Amino acid sequence: MRIHLKKKSQLSENQVTPESVYRQRRQILQGLGLGLGAAALSGPASAGLFGSLLGDEKATATKGAATTTPLSFNRPDAYQIAVPPTAERVATSYNNFYEFGADKSDPARNAQGFKTKPWTLTISGEVDNPQTIDVWSWMEKQQLEERIYRHRCVEAWSMVIPWLGVPLADIIKAAGPTSKAKYVAFETLYDPEQMPGQASRFLGGGIDYPYVEGLRLDEAMNPLAMLAVGMYGKTLPPQNGAPIRLVVPWKYGFKGIKSIVRIHLTDKQPPTTWNQLASYEYGFYANVNPEVDHPRWSQASERVIAEGGLFGSERQPTLMFNGYEEEVASLYRGMDLRKFY
Amino acid sequence: MKLTPKGLLWLKVCLHTAAVLPLLWLPWAFEVGRFSADPIPELLQFLGDWSLRLLLLTLCISPLAKKLKNGGLIKVRRLLGLWCFTYASLHLLVWLLLDLQLAWGQIGEEIVKRGFITLGMVSWLVLLLLAVTSTRGWQRRLGPRWQRLHNWTYLAALLIPIHFWWGVKSGWMEPAFYLTLSLGLLWWRRDKLSRWWRTRLKAKSENKAVNSKA
Repeated sequence: MRIHLKKKSQLSENQVTPESVYRQRRQILQGLGLGLGAAALSGPASAGLFGSLLGDEKATATKGAATTTPLSFNRPDAYQIAVPPTAERVATSYNNFYEFGADKSDPARNAQGFKTKPWTLTISGEVDNPQTIDVWSWMEKQQLEERIYRHRCVEAWSMVIPWLGVPLADIIKAAGPTSKAKYVAFETLYDPEQMPGQASRFLGGGIDYPYVEGLRLDEAMNPLAMLAVGMYGKTLPPQNGAPIRLVVPWKYGFKGIKSIVRIHLTDKQPPTTWNQLASYEYGFYANVNPEVDHPRWSQASERVIAEGGLFGSERQPTLMFNGYEEEVASLYRGMDLRKFY
Repeated sequence: MKLTPKGLLWLKVCLHTAAVLPLLWLPWAFEVGRFSADPIPELLQFLGDWSLRLLLLTLCISPLAKKLKNGGLIKVRRLLGLWCFTYASLHLLVWLLLDLQLAWGQIGEEIVKRGFITLGMVSWLVLLLLAVTSTRGWQRRLGPRWQRLHNWTYLAALLIPIHFWWGVKSGWMEPAFYLTLSLGLLWWRRDKLSRWWRTRLKAKSENKAVNSKA
């Protein structure tokens, strides 16, 4: 007999806000109307006019729909959660990808012509077999997994996203880290001609490009860490980091570097983009931690963006390591997480 | 050039219309997808922006009236100030209702712990005080103290761009632009401000002198 023990990170059904409760809450908010007069018109007759204001599914156009192709994959039980995923049109139109503009809707607008074929990924540094792989043909040989992860942005909003990809550990093991390898550095493509945010400081939010990120080797080898090549059953749209990106669900979203061209193993802690920009606000570790606030806002709770729209998000308490404490807490035993934020 | 009563009425109608336009634009903007899937931060920014713009416009009125030698213009100052307060209040309401969803514990904590939210709250309270006392009745009741009270607008004009700057994740150019405008408008009033400053210093030193004598 197979006994299925639920991990803490697999929120059970009763932990999700019952629909009747949140519908009710929304109605209260809608009733207040915000002086926009939306409340009186929120019935079906006005779905056209105020639909998108209230998060109606049909009213908001799928602007982020890029040329994505279906992928085949399996669904390991360990990575399914009962929370309904964020609507695809929301996750593909609300993005932080400053290379394509600092506004959330910029990437979906500016990334559509982004050329992701061909794409090579170089694995270099402290490895026995440095390699440069052709991502698209490599992808075909992988047994992709669908993993539904909570995604917590440092800006205190969150989504639930079904990613497709492989454990990051696979690709690192294949390259064979040397005994000196202690950290893994990642780098996004640098191509100002294709990425308007890299060409203009104004559009790109004042970041020094290319975007770089890093993990400690043991973090990178943790089974949760994933190299994603798809979401919602298809290849990644460009605004979400096509063709290959990092997903580390116990860390804030900015650690999930997009459109990766290089993975470099080193013996020193590599620089990371947001930490360089504001080290007081963004640490190297950037683990989700409700007890360590961002200097300018609380990290104790988050707005879960599900359907989008003014009333399409619910505030809920943020969990330690974004709910993946069981899987990753041992990596940080004995560390002062207030100091190493 | 003198503003006739009819001209003033027209000007007022135009300004009211202009001030309400951003609010009327909102439902349309949502409809055509000008806002992203998570419109709350963008809505906050939008309402805050208009409040700040209207405040700066309000502060333009008296220099403009002096420059054009047209005292009648002062009569449109109140309506602009009240529109500034309206946008500031909507900004606050969106934050309370939609962003923090009336989680009062966290709201209190944020106001106390986050400097930029403290500044925003203080600015709103100043605007509230000025809006309440903006009527002719209060003007009469307060007499000469009314003008002194309403000089607090200068405080709001200084704090709001700082509240903006402090709150942004990246991109300092926009708040810097507004802060420059605001400082420019205060610079225009430097004589008045330095007079006030000097009388305060004088009062202080006189107090000291009295105290040391005693």
